[in-house]
Amino acid sequence: MKGRFDGFGGQYIPETLMNAVKEVEEAYEYYKEEAEFKKEWNYLLKNYAGRPSLLYKAEKMTKDLGGAHIYLKREDLNHTGSHKINNVLGQVLLAKRMGKKRIIAETGAGQHGVATATAAALMNMECEIFMGKEDTKRQALNVFRMELLGAKVHPVKTGTMTLKDAVNETMREWTRRVEDTFYVIGSVMGPHPFPMIVRDFQKIISKEIKEQMIERCGSLPDTVIACVGGGSNAMGAFYEFIENKEVELIGCEAAGLGIDSKKNAATIANGREGVFHGMKSFFCQDGYGQIAPVYSISPGLDYPGIGPEHAMLYKRGRAKYVPVTDKEAVEAFEYLAKTEGIIPAIESAHALAYAMKIAPKMKKEKKIVVNLSGRGDKDVASIARYKGVEIYE
Amino acid sequence: MNKIENGFQNGKALITFVTGGDPDLETTERLIYKMQEGGADVIEIGIPFSDPIAEGSVIQKANERALKGGCTTDKLLEKIEKMKENVHVPLVFLTYFNSIYTYGVEKFMSKCVKSGIAGLIVPDLPYEEQGEILPICEQNGLCLISLIAPTSKERIQKIVKRAKGFLYCVSSLGVTGVRKEISTDVKSLGKIVKDLSSLPCAVGFGISTPKQGREMAEIFDGIIVGSSIVDRIEKYGKESEQPVYEYVKSMKEAIRNISH
Repeated sequence: MKGRFDGFGGQYIPETLMNAVKEVEEAYEYYKEEAEFKKEWNYLLKNYAGRPSLLYKAEKMTKDLGGAHIYLKREDLNHTGSHKINNVLGQVLLAKRMGKKRIIAETGAGQHGVATATAAALMNMECEIFMGKEDTKRQALNVFRMELLGAKVHPVKTGTMTLKDAVNETMREWTRRVEDTFYVIGSVMGPHPFPMIVRDFQKIISKEIKEQMIERCGSLPDTVIACVGGGSNAMGAFYEFIENKEVELIGCEAAGLGIDSKKNAATIANGREGVFHGMKSFFCQDGYGQIAPVYSISPGLDYPGIGPEHAMLYKRGRAKYVPVTDKEAVEAFEYLAKTEGIIPAIESAHALAYAMKIAPKMKKEKKIVVNLSGRGDKDVASIARYKGVEIYE
Repeated sequence: MNKIENGFQNGKALITFVTGGDPDLETTERLIYKMQEGGADVIEIGIPFSDPIAEGSVIQKANERALKGGCTTDKLLEKIEKMKENVHVPLVFLTYFNSIYTYGVEKFMSKCVKSGIAGLIVPDLPYEEQGEILPICEQNGLCLISLIAPTSKERIQKIVKRAKGFLYCVSSLGVTGVRKEISTDVKSLGKIVKDLSSLPCAVGFGISTPKQGREMAEIFDGIIVGSSIVDRIEKYGKESEQPVYEYVKSMKEAIRNISH
């Protein structure tokens, strides 16, 4: 069925938006095959975003953990500091081709907002970003960064004032001004065609990992690990390996203070099937379908749902999803900084933490790729706060 | 069950809205009686939801108040069932699809029937996704109300073909909420829809004053008012029944005696 990943996905959105998503779908189907569009996107990826991103072998970490070899896919080295730029360059280019004048987007950590504001500046588009008020406090620097790039940032004061509320408000804004506005969704979520479009723009990550591993080691990795909020970096890192059944795919969810506590965002561990934000998937919710207020130290994983294609991979048993706590993530964050001289995004540190857990138990000839989806500069202040360190800027 | 069509037998229909359990279910009960007394022809009851993406800030806050007050789908259904004997206008639920889905579609529908609910408005279930619940609605004799937006264009034709009860025309882009003026060309939307369908056609989103109501009722078979009622509930809380009654009465007055 169109727009479905087994039973997941769909288009559960207000009638007002139905022609708009249809228009996006038709434009995408056309442009993804158009030579000129592909050429321009690839040009930007190479010359603007800095692709291909490096695949770095973390020798010290490998030695220290004493098990499987660990490779880091360095999405943190992309322009704007995360994998988000891959998707955004594609979607803003598409919006431009569709004749849209204005871009809107939600953001959690601010990474997608910064990437969107960047692409909008580059391509001369008006840009407005919706960000939960709570997140504008946690990530104040990213707010200013977006403003420097010419975007207008709207703090969202409804609900839990985090990512899910930012998505609500961006959807509402889209229904207000649907004709000249394109909603650049930041993850593999929302109504069809967005989960497909975002995955297609992110799958370059796994395509490169595959090529780089074959060139470097002559074989595929045994395990690919990525963190999962909505799940765009994970989908990007998994996609080209789905058919290679021997490659284990692991998504790391934010377990916050623990999956048994009330403060977590572990959708697969604690959620159940539901319909929200335009899609059928798994959501953290109560027995009446009220979406749960979720929590994670990482604002990018602080989301009560997961993309529908992940829901499918989980149901099929093709990928597994594991919870990682704040504490484990912060330890991994500090570990990578001290061991390899790389400060990862706190989101990506969730994936690292799980790699650190399983690598020592794996045989030495095994190879793990961790998708280092973003850099951690944005998290330095909040990690200091977490550790009770006072810093003055 | 009072059939939805009955709501359109009394001249131009006034459809009023209240969020169930805002600020508590006892107030909701009194408000429903008072709206009926004031001249409401159909009453829409919102099942509170944590993330109502089609609502503006007024109804969002009503959802928050209702949830904070402890309202659940079960408590609301029970309350309405108990009121059944006293309600003679058709009642419809406005609910986001997740509330139906997580409750269990069949269980939800049969409880609706038991409570005397005549129809459902599900703002995040467009034509393409309705198939999932339509057969179960039909088995239970519940109308799934279809929405038509200013952006629906060529979709109108297929939407009206399947529609039951009445057609819910969305007057303007955006979410629910009071608007000073309705800028979309709602007149031509009304004409297109009425040419294509013989079902009653009501218009909602942004209607608050008797003057707006009258203008809209000259084109449509009914008008839907939500945010301006909820505004009064926000202001007067448990004492909102009289202000709501007077408002409803003034709206019904405004659309009385408009010929078809």
